Parts: sequence; C-alpha cells; structure tokens
Amino acid sequence: MEPIKSFSATAIALPVENVDTDQIIPARYLKVTDKAGLGDGLFADWRRDDNGNLKPDFVLNRPEAAGAQILVAGNNFGCGSSREHAPWALLGYGFKAVISTYFADIFRNNALKNGLLPITVDTETYYQLVSMIEEDPATQITVDLAQQTVTLPEGQQLHFPIDGFAKYCLLNGVDQLGFLHQQADLIAQYEATHAQRVKTIA
Amino acid sequence: MTRNGQPRTLFEKVWDAHEVRAQTDDTPGVLYIDLHLVHEVTSPQAFTMLREQGLTVRRPDRTLATMDHSTPTTPRNALGIIPIADSQAAAQLDTLTRNCHDFGIPLYALGTENQGIVHVIGPEQGLTQPGMTIVCGDSHTSTHGAFGALAFGIGTSEVGHVLATQCLIQTRPKTCEVRVNGRLQPGVGAKDIILAIIAKIGVGGGTGYVFEYTGEAIRALTMEERMTICNMSIEGGARAGMVAPDETTFDYIKGRPYAPHGADWDAAVAYWRTLPSDAGATYDRLIELDASTLTPMITYGTNPGMGMAITDSVPAPEQLDEPSARTTLDKALKYMDLQPGERLLGKPVDVVFIGSCTNSRISDLRLAASIMQGRRVAPNVRVMVVPGSQQVKRQAEQEGLDRIFREAGAEWREAGCSMCIAMNGDQLQPGQYAVSTSNRNFEGRQGKGGRTFLASPLTAAATAVNGVITDVRTML
Ligand code: SF4
Repeated sequence: MEPIKSFSATAIALPVENVDTDQIIPARYLKVTDKAGLGDGLFADWRRDDNGNLKPDFVLNRPEAAGAQILVAGNNFGCGSSREHAPWALLGYGFKAVISTYFADIFRNNALKNGLLPITVDTETYYQLVSMIEEDPATQITVDLAQQTVTLPEGQQLHFPIDGFAKYCLLNGVDQLGFLHQQADLIAQYEATHAQRVKTIA
Repeated sequence: MTRNGQPRTLFEKVWDAHEVRAQTDDTPGVLYIDLHLVHEVTSPQAFTMLREQGLTVRRPDRTLATMDHSTPTTPRNALGIIPIADSQAAAQLDTLTRNCHDFGIPLYALGTENQGIVHVIGPEQGLTQPGMTIVCGDSHTSTHGAFGALAFGIGTSEVGHVLATQCLIQTRPKTCEVRVNGRLQPGVGAKDIILAIIAKIGVGGGTGYVFEYTGEAIRALTMEERMTICNMSIEGGARAGMVAPDETTFDYIKGRPYAPHGADWDAAVAYWRTLPSDAGATYDRLIELDASTLTPMITYGTNPGMGMAITDSVPAPEQLDEPSARTTLDKALKYMDLQPGERLLGKPVDVVFIGSCTNSRISDLRLAASIMQGRRVAPNVRVMVVPGSQQVKRQAEQEGLDRIFREAGAEWREAGCSMCIAMNGDQLQPGQYAVSTSNRNFEGRQGKGGRTFLASPLTAAATAVNGVITDVRTML
C-alpha cells in the first residue's frame, strides 16, 4: 500500500443517508476473484441505465465531477454487507477519501485497510460542505492525514478523528498484517494455554 | 465469573477470554478467533495475498468453507449434479475449491450433503458454541451470537489476517442491552421483533455497539428464532448481537456432529454456564421493547429500518426534521413507487421469497408450510422456497414439507443464498414487488430495479396464498 500524503482535490456531494454497500457496488460485480476493474461498477445502478450507458444527470457523471477525489455523503455511509469490494470500487474510480457524519463499522475498517480515508465530520460541517460543493463544484478541499485536518478554500480548517494505529499504518504505507505477525509469540502462548473448542477437521 | 470482583457482561467475558494482547493508547488489541467460516465471494483475494506473501493458513482446523452466495439453486440433473450456468460463478467456485485444497481447509462443496448458507451450517454442525469468537467475510456472521458467541463480519483483508494468524486487530466496541419484555402474540415472531427494533433505532442506530438481547421474550424463543434476531443485528448497525446461553442453547447443541460429548460435554456446559452477564454488570446503553404490543412487521422502504406494523400506512417525508433524512425517504418511496399514507395490506406482489440465513431453517419452513398446507398460492405470484442447507432440505423432505410447498404451487429449490443477494440468477425483474423473508431491502438487492418488502415467514406465506400483502393473523 502506498503511504497517504496530503492532497487537494475537488469533491462530489451525494447527500443521501445510509448509502449501503449494495449501491456502492451491486452484488453482480462480486463474482470476481481479484480487485481489478471494480471502479466500473461503482454506484452502477445509479450511474448507468439498463443498457449500461451513463445517466447524464447522476452526480458522478456530470462534467464538473471529473477528477474529483473526495466523496461527501450522508449519515451512515457504507452500511450493509462486509464486501471489501466497496472500498476497492471507490478507490478504483479514483476516490481517496469519503466524508460523512458517520460510517458503518465494517466499511470503515475495510476502507482503512486499503488507504481510503473515512473522514467523520459533525452534521453542521456536513451540510456546509454539501452546499459549498453544490454551489461551486470547483471547490478545492485539502486533506492532511498527518495533521488530521480538512482545509476549505477560505482557510477554514476542521479536525477529524482517526484511530492512531490506523493513521500510523496509512502514513507509512504499512500493512496491518505485519503487526499481527509481530505478535507470533503471544499468539503461540495463547494457543498453548487455551482449550481448543472445536476442530473442523474431523 | 466476575473479574477482580467486577461484574461483567456476556460480551466482556467472551472478549476478555480471547484477548491475545490488550489494547493500549498506541496499539490496538489483538483478538484470537476460534472459528473462521469462509465462502467463495469474499475469500479469493485473501488467498491471493497469502500466495503472494508465501504464507500458509495458521489453523486450517479452525476454518471451514462452504459454497452459498453465487451457487445456483436450480434442481439437480439426472446425474444428481447441480448445473452451473454462469461461467464467472463457476470460476469463483473452482477458485474456492483450489484454495481449500491447497491450504488444507475442509470444504462443503456445492451439492454435497452438508453444504448450505454459511450461517446455517455452523450451528447445524454444532460448530457454533457459546463463548467462542467466530468471524466470516460476511456481515450476517452476527447470527452465531444467538449461542452466546461473539460473532461478527469482516472484510477480505481481515479474512487474510485470520487465515494467516488466526487473529484480528480490534478495538473494543461498546455494549448495548436490548431488553425485549413481555410475550409475543399469535402470528407475531422473532422476525417481527428484530424488524421492530431496527425500525425504532434506524439502520445506523447500533453502530459501534455489540447488542445483548435480554428479557422475557428472548428467553422464550427457540434457538432458531434467536438466530433470526441476532442475524439482523447488523441491519441496526451493531457489530454483533448476542444472547446468553441457557438450557435452550445446550439442548440445541447436544448431539450435533461437532458438539463435545461425554466428559467434554459436561466440562463445556459447566463453562458455558459461567458466561451469562453477572448481576450488576452494566451496559453502555439500553434499548427496550415490549413484545406483547407487537404486530406482524413489514418494511416499506429501501433499508431495513424503514419498517412498520403491517396495519400501518407508509410515512410521509415531510414528517421528518433532517433534510438528508427527508431526501432519503423521498428517494426510497420513489424507488418503491409508493405514496405517503398508502397502506400495504392488500397490495399485489409478484414474487414471494422464503429463504436466506435469516429465515431458511427448518422451523421457518414449518411455519410457512403451516399456512400453505391445503391451500394454493395465488396464480399471479411466483413463490420460491429455498432451504438454508442441504440438511434442512433433507429434513423438510422427510417431514413432507416439500410436498406441501409443491402442491401449493411453490418452487422447492436447492440450498443457498439465492434471491437474498441475487448473484446466482435467482432475481427480481425491474419493477417487480416481492415479499421476502431475507434481511435486506436495499435498492436492487434482489435484482436490479426489484422492490422488496421484508417480513416474517408467516407473513410471506400468507401473502403467497392471497397474492396480496396479508396480515397472517386473519388466517390463523
Ligand atoms: S443468505 Fe443473504 S444475507 Fe445470508 S449469507 Fe447469504 S447473501 Fe448473505
């Protein structure tokens, strides 16, 4: 995974609550065995008509949306299934961060493991961002993970929370599995002192 | 089993017993996983990672794979084989077969005698036991919490973590007691309880929490009903749902293939009895519900929180304060093609789906059959009954339930997720309405453009017979 650096980009506003993972990437796209190409399926049923053509009125398809790297979406983004295909699709499309008032647990975990930043803001800030983007889609937003800040064009700065360990991994491009491997002795000790409850291999 | 004299909740006991390394300010906690369930859709990229990094599966003996999500549920051919028409699905199933073979993981392959939906087979085999930690790359892993296990869904990266180390990096969730008082009325069941809870708290209401379901109504439920409730904990946003183990739990597990027996059984039960929350243990939050006032529930919108009593009418967006919430409801009603104030009773449907890890166990099928027995399904409705596992299918056939369904005009199919996720060809056509016993009514969940009403097996069966949404209490 590439380390996450500070970046500035335009954003897309999707002011809908409870955007579930079936919308982010419909199940028919999950019959793959790798991660490639999932960006095409991002929001497929909202983005494309029955013939697979892009619907011009959907926000992602408007000309001003091109190049946006930040998605601002309503409360409880990423609810529903555990499919990691959801952050893969968002990343595949070109998003680097999602801003919402809160994220479903599994989605947040999955996003952090793939370098997609879930940024939580309060309701007031969320509405402010949505109207700002809707008024001027060219609004540049700067995200700085090290400082945990989002900076708006007029210099207004917001602080966002992030788990310290996840932040360390993202800033340094470290895979979290490495940390688990470092616990090998503790894991072996745990296995030696705790009863095995079930064995699937008869 | 207090710790240092401190009373603990069921969740805290299970969590504490699995901490390989406690969380600190700088480092996350590490949790040991007792049982890892695997299926074809969320595992391929995890096995690829193992191969790329030259890793092995640390504990194949604590891992079990099945095929369920993209498997066809069409009848077997003359050779007894279930044909796979979709080449992409076939490739995914082959990949799982190869991965299980290469890494030494037991696999319940398509059509074999124990295959089924991942959350149906764990309990069925006696693998799901109180006090365990259980994970799967599937959000409805919360089902297994019905046994007093801590069970939750994980993403594919985490599937890789568990395969490689049998551990997960975790932050400790908060606890919420969901107390369901009183007794259910006839015609009202576990599915109605959980739909009522989610309607009350919303689909994000439980985010960050583990639920423990308590109270008279929960104690009175069978294990399969408790599974229905825990299954949908995730639809309320909760990371997991749990029910304290009791005699009902022990009776259900006893004698199953992987259950302990002899002296091991006695030792296990003695341990399981220490798990229920101690008197005086505290939760971070309490949600209360009175089961005796519940009626059959149904959803009207495009998330499981948009639910109501079946006798109510569809709410209006103007009633909501939050602009985003109004937009969301407005969008949902447009998708569903419903009007504010409309009543759903009497509304014609095109499809009835009885199945999924929420309601495809033998007791669910018995309930549905009790309504369909001696009746015909309405001619305008396609009715699919999809057992949760091959074992459920066999048992239903022994009891003659398949005959009741067939004679009523319903389809009796092979085991799998089927139209719950619509990956396998079983799907709604655009614009169709379905009453489904599954757990998600998201836009397009059951097929692009399809519209889903979630309800109980009784409501689904009653609707199948009448062809319109029906209050089953009028048929009892
Ligand atoms: S039945 Fe539905 S919810 Fe359950 S595991 Fe299968 S797809 Fe997921």
